[in-house]
Amino acid sequence: MSFLFRARKKISKFLKAFFSNRQSRIGIYGPPNAGKTTLANRIVRDWTGDALGPVSEIPHETRRARRKEGIVITGNNGGSITIDIVDTPGVTTKIDYKEFIEYGMEKDEAVKRAREATEGVAEAMHWLREDINGVIYMLDSTLDPFMQVNIMMVGIIESRKLPVIIVANKIDLPDAAPQRIKSAFPQHPVISISGLEGDNVEELYEKMVEYFG
Amino acid sequence: MMEKIRLILDDVMEGNIVVLEKGLAPEEQSKLIEITMREITPDGFAGIEMETYPAKEKPGFLDRLLGKSSPTRLTVIGPADQLKTIKKEKDFITAWVSSR
Ligand SMILES: Nc1nc2c(ncn2[C@@H]2O[C@H](COP(=O)(O)OP(=O)(O)OP(=O)(O)O)[C@@H](O)[C@H]2O)c(=O)[nH]1
Ligand SMILES: [Mg+2]
Repeated sequence: MSFLFRARKKISKFLKAFFSNRQSRIGIYGPPNAGKTTLANRIVRDWTGDALGPVSEIPHETRRARRKEGIVITGNNGGSITIDIVDTPGVTTKIDYKEFIEYGMEKDEAVKRAREATEGVAEAMHWLREDINGVIYMLDSTLDPFMQVNIMMVGIIESRKLPVIIVANKIDLPDAAPQRIKSAFPQHPVISISGLEGDNVEELYEKMVEYFG
Repeated sequence: MMEKIRLILDDVMEGNIVVLEKGLAPEEQSKLIEITMREITPDGFAGIEMETYPAKEKPGFLDRLLGKSSPTRLTVIGPADQLKTIKKEKDFITAWVSSR
């Protein structure tokens, strides 16, 4: 981590004391397993030192939206934003508990996970209509971006006129194809990152300050 | 709007495939996802799948037939994991709708 970045974090903590009200709520949305919680944890860790929630290779790890309030992100030019980060459950139109059994879960646990996941997705959709001021839409860049749920979600976000940054995640993987995501959503900024390795997250922070400020 | 979503979902929950010539507005899609989630039960209803087909093949033909110039989009909504059969018969569905 560069000296300048550390210095900006210090400034951020300092500013937080002054601007802790009136922040906008940025929802991290996207299909299950895209890496939303991994990124949310990184944002929270980079700018406050805390963590947000557990990460898993099993889809629907996040089943209740989690929120971290009053994060101050400072850009290179000194501008800053104060936001609440809301990590949401992966949005889908179908959930079958049997999918979790394939990951080795007991039936009871799988049924419970499915029920919590459905409640979480319903809640996330509700919040998107009521409570969110900006969206980071997260996609796994090794997968086809043209899945129906992505087209629907981006359409829903656009219809609410919310600013949206599309993140092409997992660019550390050999079959990542962020270019596919760029051509799928030419109307929005697309930032390619690895939330896991931290590649290029600084560019995302810059774009967030510019776009959500 | 809620009534429309309810009607579609009731139909799909009975195992039917619903074909909408005009598609759904984003607000309706958002409600559809939310209400679908609330209806899912273990070993019962597992959710929906949805496809939209732009009327790409033979451009102009459908438009002329329907007497409008806007791109016609066909939306097909069915129970989860049952739309694979639909995809294969895409042309059939297009033909069926265009002959109405
Ligand atoms: N290689 C790679 N793996 C990643 C990256 N980001 C996340 N992952 C992995 O992808 C899996 C899912 O990550 P999560 O952060 O739990 O994904 P999520 O979008 O929050 O998933 P749900 O909460 O289930 O919707 C985990 O195994 C992560 O370690 C990345 O940038 N690169
Ligand atoms: Mg998660």
